[in-house]
Amino acid sequence: MTLTDLANPTKFLALTARVLPWLVGATILLFLIGLYQSATAPDDYQQGATVKIMFIHVPNAWLSMLVWAVMSAAALGTLVWRHPLADVAAKAAAPIGAAFTFLALLTGSLWGRPMWGTYWEWDARLTSVLILFLMYLGLMALWRAVEDPSRAARAAAVLTLVGAINLPIIKFSVDWWNTLHQPASVFRMGGPTLDRAFLIPLLVMALAFTLLFVTLHLAAMRNEILRRRVRSLQMMQASQKAA
Amino acid sequence: MRALGALIQRDIRIALRVGGGALIGVLFFLTVVVLMPFAVGPDLKLLARLGPAILWLGALLSSLLTLDRLFMADHEDGSLDLIAMARTPLELACAAKALAHWLASGLPLIIATPVLGLLLNLDVPATSAVAMTLLAGTPALTFTGMIGAALAVTLHRGGLLLAVLVLPLSIPVLIFGVAASEAAITGPHSFGAPFAILCALSLVSLVVGPFAAAVSLRHGLD
Repeated sequence: MTLTDLANPTKFLALTARVLPWLVGATILLFLIGLYQSATAPDDYQQGATVKIMFIHVPNAWLSMLVWAVMSAAALGTLVWRHPLADVAAKAAAPIGAAFTFLALLTGSLWGRPMWGTYWEWDARLTSVLILFLMYLGLMALWRAVEDPSRAARAAAVLTLVGAINLPIIKFSVDWWNTLHQPASVFRMGGPTLDRAFLIPLLVMALAFTLLFVTLHLAAMRNEILRRRVRSLQMMQASQKAA
Repeated sequence: MRALGALIQRDIRIALRVGGGALIGVLFFLTVVVLMPFAVGPDLKLLARLGPAILWLGALLSSLLTLDRLFMADHEDGSLDLIAMARTPLELACAAKALAHWLASGLPLIIATPVLGLLLNLDVPATSAVAMTLLAGTPALTFTGMIGAALAVTLHRGGLLLAVLVLPLSIPVLIFGVAASEAAITGPHSFGAPFAILCALSLVSLVVGPFAAAVSLRHGLD
């Protein structure tokens, strides 16, 4: 089933109706495995048990950037290929990405209090992630500001692509500015520096959160398609009444 | 080419009129800079320390305020549709409008900086450093702001949304502008590095801004 087959909303709804229960089951299973592994992971010699916030904080941070990348791909689909479901995908992903970014900031802040002694610090990575969060909120506002969904889609697509410049800034901010947040430990040249006892639970939780995003995203896309159908039906009904 | 020149001249002339953006922008800049000592207190040393930041914030907010007018007035009387349908590429027309906007609204801010620097107890080297960074940075504010203005042009009360959309893109300009000014005034960090990045931001926005704005306008106007 190619991307062009999925462009038909009815086929998309039928396919996701079949796939979604399996995705939900897989997500729950992976979360159970990941949470068990996180709970049984050893304590860090320096941070003690507090290091386990990492298993929630880091996947949320990765996903906040992944969701913007997915939205950028959807934006390209809207502007370049005019794929009919690309704007549905973009609109559905924005609140989920904003939630992941907020959770990353929140868990990071709670982790920072015992570790760094402060809930917040204007260091390069925290600032750039905060800017990402503001851009998510601005994007959500833009989606809802224009009445017609397809026109809103094109405006939002431009804003998404312009905002994508923030992703490499966030990724490399810990390399370019030597400030508080620790440098990259997993996605770096020379491989991860994280010990296997921490790396495995982290990757399992990352996979679990990614599946959570996919599940929520597909469910949100279904809702958006149904919402648009309701809107079309309402407009048809209104024009029939007028005629 | 002549069409672009005519477009620039027209925009500057409209902006310099009473209802246009130029004078209002400078007045708002003055207001913000005057309000700061009321909020911060009259301590001259503190004001001198905060001076570059206050001037930069005033310039940023003032350019946000005047960005609304970049496309809105033309959209309302229909000339934006004519510009979009003309033979000159829409990207060049957007660049021309942004250039005219910067000449009419951004340059007066830079000219007003020495006077306002006096209010903030900044000496001549400090004020000239801030003015130079403003000269390098305000084009970036105008050209990235143009993207937001193009996105918001079809919204009726798009002013506040425009500010929300443009602010995250303007933050790097603000950071490097103030960093360059502080480096020139107090040292020890180099002035050249943040200033070069500021110029780079302006140059990149000079290219990306018109393209993004043209795409937004084309899709927003149909």
